[in-house]
Amino acid sequence: MKGLQLRGINKTYGNVKAVEDVSQEIHSGEFFTLLGPSGCGKTTLLRMIAGLELQDSGTIILEGEEITALPAIRRQINTVFQSYALFPHLNIFENVAFGLRSRKVPGPEVDKRVKKTLEMLELGQMTKRFPHQLSGGQNQRVALARALVNEPKVLLLDEPMSALDAKLRAQVQVELRRLQQKLGQTFILVTHDQDEALVVSDRIAVMKDGKIIQFGTPVEVYESPKNKFVAEFLGTANLIEGTYHDGQFHTELGIFELEKPPSWKKGLIAIRPEWIRISDTKPDKNGIRATVTEMIYRGTNLDLWLSPGPIRLRTSTYKNIQIGDQVWLDMAPKEIAVLNE
Amino acid sequence: MRKINLLVSITAICTMVFLYIPLLSVAFFSVNDTKYGMVWKGFTLDWYLKLFQNEMILHAAWNTLVLAIVSTIVSTLLGTILAIGMDRFPWPRKMNTTLDLILHLPVIIPDIIFAAAMVVAFGFLRALSSMFEPGLLNMIIAHITFQTAFVALVVRSRLVSIGKEVEEAARDLYADTTYLLLKVTLPLLMPGIVAGAMLAFTLSLDDFVISFFTAGPDSVTLPLYIYAAVRRVVTPQIHALSTLVLMVTIIMVICMERFTRKVNIK
Amino acid sequence: MNKLLIWYGELITGKKLIKRGLLFLTPGMLWLILFLVLPGLILVVVSFAGRGAYGELVWEFGLGNYKRLIGYGIFGWTPDYLLILWRSVWVAVVTTALSVLLSYPLCFYIARKPPRTRYLWLTIVIIPFWTNMVIRTYAWFLILAPDMPLAKLAAFFKFIAPGMPLYPSAFAVYLGMISMFLPFVALPLFSSIERLDWTLVEAAQDLYASNTRVFMHAILPQTLPGLSVGIILTLVPAMGMFVVPDLLGGAKYMLVGNLIQQQFGTSRDWAFGAAISMGLMVLTMFSLYLYKRRNKDIDLL
Repeated sequence: MKGLQLRGINKTYGNVKAVEDVSQEIHSGEFFTLLGPSGCGKTTLLRMIAGLELQDSGTIILEGEEITALPAIRRQINTVFQSYALFPHLNIFENVAFGLRSRKVPGPEVDKRVKKTLEMLELGQMTKRFPHQLSGGQNQRVALARALVNEPKVLLLDEPMSALDAKLRAQVQVELRRLQQKLGQTFILVTHDQDEALVVSDRIAVMKDGKIIQFGTPVEVYESPKNKFVAEFLGTANLIEGTYHDGQFHTELGIFELEKPPSWKKGLIAIRPEWIRISDTKPDKNGIRATVTEMIYRGTNLDLWLSPGPIRLRTSTYKNIQIGDQVWLDMAPKEIAVLNE
Repeated sequence: MRKINLLVSITAICTMVFLYIPLLSVAFFSVNDTKYGMVWKGFTLDWYLKLFQNEMILHAAWNTLVLAIVSTIVSTLLGTILAIGMDRFPWPRKMNTTLDLILHLPVIIPDIIFAAAMVVAFGFLRALSSMFEPGLLNMIIAHITFQTAFVALVVRSRLVSIGKEVEEAARDLYADTTYLLLKVTLPLLMPGIVAGAMLAFTLSLDDFVISFFTAGPDSVTLPLYIYAAVRRVVTPQIHALSTLVLMVTIIMVICMERFTRKVNIK
Repeated sequence: MNKLLIWYGELITGKKLIKRGLLFLTPGMLWLILFLVLPGLILVVVSFAGRGAYGELVWEFGLGNYKRLIGYGIFGWTPDYLLILWRSVWVAVVTTALSVLLSYPLCFYIARKPPRTRYLWLTIVIIPFWTNMVIRTYAWFLILAPDMPLAKLAAFFKFIAPGMPLYPSAFAVYLGMISMFLPFVALPLFSSIERLDWTLVEAAQDLYASNTRVFMHAILPQTLPGLSVGIILTLVPAMGMFVVPDLLGGAKYMLVGNLIQQQFGTSRDWAFGAAISMGLMVLTMFSLYLYKRRNKDIDLL
């Protein structure tokens, strides 16, 4: 069996349940992301996979072999640490060579593999320098090289981009995604940044209070959030409360038609600001008459607040609009996500 | 503001002068060509040359060096191992505070109390073995005791600043305990160990009170010799000796400064 | 205890880890217990013992030494020892206060120097800190000698007889003490002043605060960590100081340090010496307690 399986993982610190009954399968060669707010247990889970933290119960299986009781040095898993944890007294070459040298890989092979990895990450010129002489972005690549040179079965990344500035981060995210696709290795990323998760991942697991509450592809998680927490943690959402009867959803804003009837009588629906369209004429279905109360110009788009509600709306096409204007909002049934919890 | 700046500068310079005038006058009179009095009689290096013919001074210098070197080596070893033992193991809170308190004792209690305790303790030990007659052995033991605490404190703060993550990274990269210790922990700890050893060495050279209480007739060190001499009469030869000690101090301070700054930049 | 745990990335049983830890802890701790804690406890015990006719310890326990320390002797009550204790505290407090007063201008002066020369100046302050205290103390003999301007000036105003040195005297003790302990205050204070946020000072001046108010509200709070370390590093050893009063104060200005030394030297009364040490210890602990209560999270080293 390929990939990594987590089965019934539990971990408590004192009275706090850091990780609670997590079972998850991570496919071989996929980019898997654990996404959640700080303190949700995602880093603890990652450290347990690395062998740097001991679970109270549960099993971890790597490529069909149970590794639950193996120490970190026996697991073919490597980590990129949040602070990078580079060895300050070793130069870049020796930093990257560390994992090979500690396993007594012969010298010429160390040379070959380290050079190849450094070239791949465009660090070929830096071999003789020390970590304190490099920029944050370069150090991050060194940390990546130091882990990848060991050809781990799983690469773990613990918030590797939190120390970079916003612009560099966006660039590195794309590069990381390309690298993973080129290598075809299993990557597990921990992050609290939803944009990062959407950009890089094949699949995302959203964590809260030590539990995985939803997992799926970025499209699934973003477009069909299971509950209020997921809807609000990934992007923004207008949450509308109401009751479902007679084939329609009745709310304070009006009556909505849904694509599929929900499993409940009383509950929430979510619609993202960019999914609402503005229209001058009354739409066929789910049209709401609203007044613009506030607007923020963001360059690529325009954010509006409208009453009643307030409803948040994001548009990139409709620009000649003013505060006080009355418009029709088109909330088509296929754009509405029904929250099931 | 300008008035205040001027006042600050004047006070600061006066303070410097206040700190240095006594030391500079010692150096000044050490090259004065007269045995008595405070009048300038011409330049001479005679007093320095005579130092090297004085058996007692040479013996005291030898004692000082033996004491400092032996106690520094032992205390650096003890202190480093102790620091690792305190910082790198999951001791219960209560035990940690107790160990911490013991380590801070030589720092916080006046050295004269420690010296008095040593006198009494060696008094009892003497009943067991004549090894503990006042002398070099007692002095070495006493010096090791307070040096160990200082070394452990310095090394421990270095251990804390190294942190946990680098060692975890080494484990993650397949390092076993020996490899980790030799290739990661010790190299990273070395600046702390060297700084601790330098501190211990200077503390030993600088110490007077504890040596004074534990020394025997045959184990006079330079500070003890100077003290005994100036209580009788102040001679140019003592000035010369003090100036030499001062120069050694200056060299050591500069080395220490250079070293800590280099480490901090890295 | 025998459960598995992960410690610094190593999978190990609790028992094994503790065993290894004790292996590291034992040599150093054994040494410190044997030659620091135990002697300290013995000193406490001895302080309740008595003195024999030839200076030997007599194992008859009582509060005699402490009674003597607070002044009850065979000839009734005298305040002599209490006076020396009180004088030691007073000298330490004055020394600390004056050292603080002189350290602020000194540190500001150095902090304003450009970084290249700043460390040279700092080294200049550090050198006396590491110079042997006997040398630093006796050096004052030269400044206070009869032929030197200070003594001549004092003789001119009839403070002393002409041809006499200015030592031993209380004045000489204060000079020696301040020059001894000034670097103890200045060095920790400097580390605080170097990190001082000058924008706060400028903001205060911008708001037309007087110089005193600028100091009290913008500078003092920021330098408090360094200052309190400096104060404690001065106050505690200054109370137990022995070399300075011995050389510069003599019999005229004795401090508790001399008194202790006397008991272990010429008087050969270890038990009484131990009791005086305990008295000094109480004073030390009291000032540390005051310090701890005010600065809960400031570390000493």
